[in-house]
Amino acid sequence: MTSAIDRRQFLQLAGLGSIGVVFGSALPGMARAAGQDDFYFVQLSDTHWGFEGAPNPDAKGTLKKAVTSVNALSEQPDFIVFTGDLTHTTDNPVERRRRMAEFKDIVGALRVKDVRFMPGEHDASLDSGKAFKEFFGSTYYTFDHKGVHFIALDKVSDPRALIGDEQLGWLAQDLAAQSKDARIVVFTHRPLFDLAPQWDWATRDGAKAVEMLMPFTNVTVFYGHIHQENHHMTGHIAHHSAKSLIFPLPAPMSQPKRDPLPWDPANPYRGLGFREVEAEDRGTRFGINEFPVKA
Amino acid sequence: MRRSRRIVLAAGLLALAGGAGVLAQKQPRVIKVSARRFSFTPHEITVRKGEPVLFELTSEDIFMGMNIPDFGVRSDIVPGKTMQLALTPDKAGTFTFLCDVFCGDGHEGMSGTLVVT
Repeated sequence: MTSAIDRRQFLQLAGLGSIGVVFGSALPGMARAAGQDDFYFVQLSDTHWGFEGAPNPDAKGTLKKAVTSVNALSEQPDFIVFTGDLTHTTDNPVERRRRMAEFKDIVGALRVKDVRFMPGEHDASLDSGKAFKEFFGSTYYTFDHKGVHFIALDKVSDPRALIGDEQLGWLAQDLAAQSKDARIVVFTHRPLFDLAPQWDWATRDGAKAVEMLMPFTNVTVFYGHIHQENHHMTGHIAHHSAKSLIFPLPAPMSQPKRDPLPWDPANPYRGLGFREVEAEDRGTRFGINEFPVKA
Repeated sequence: MRRSRRIVLAAGLLALAGGAGVLAQKQPRVIKVSARRFSFTPHEITVRKGEPVLFELTSEDIFMGMNIPDFGVRSDIVPGKTMQLALTPDKAGTFTFLCDVFCGDGHEGMSGTLVVT
């Protein structure tokens, strides 16, 4: 039996707020561009392959379950993006590469072959992204898909969580080629705004990227890192964080420490999941449909 | 003559005392903080509101950071160097300081408490 929900069905229900939400992403007045189609992509995040511990007794099975669930979607996404922390950190460079190889092997079973990878600090901060690049290529890049310009930012290869002047210069150059009403989606692992600085859910120079994006009227950010859904606006720019596929973290500042939420044997995989993101042809909003991990 | 010399001397002493007072006021209290994966020593620090303090930061192993978000101050902690972080807390309470440079498996728990009385 498939647990998939047809995405059309979701979008119908989303308006009722029953199983998902559709977020205005500050894209008003966008004219329909000729040749643009509806499409959707899937975002998976914070899989932390290699993690072992009480917060997830099925750490070796959760990612595989998510892959099975994505493969079971009745209509397959145009592409899939992993927004960082593919692997759990290790001091051992050999072990780091072993984890990356295993991760790559597992996600190689995805039916969709257009898969985009981004590093998180667990993948890249201890070796400046060296192993990540060997397995997955560049840590920051752009691509275009059906009228949407996607920008993947790396703010983890520098362990200080800096995007850095070189990458910011690259971003400025890329944005200079975009029209002010271009449809822009930014992928990043860490938030580009200060969500909870006391938990290091903050940014040193993310505000510079946001400032560069401000003149553009149609920008939406999807990120990971905080292992839960969170929806935030900086001006007209919407920021949506994704759930994890290893363990959930508490709501920002809801408890003294950001320790993982305990595994609940009565409700295994609670708080874990992945999402579909539906880009509608008018470009006025993105539909977000959250899927749980099922036993 | 002798009287006027005494007055001058007294005035000089007063000026010196006053100057030393000003100097004492401006001299921050030095607090040494050592960082190693994945803890700070000490991990609880108490200071007084309005008291200028200077954290002298050292790392016992790798590159770290100390960030006190509620006061908007931070510093890298570079191995082999003594880094300085100045703070004059302008509010009382209990605040978190944390490592904001990813340092490995355990980084997320590397924090301490700053108590301002």
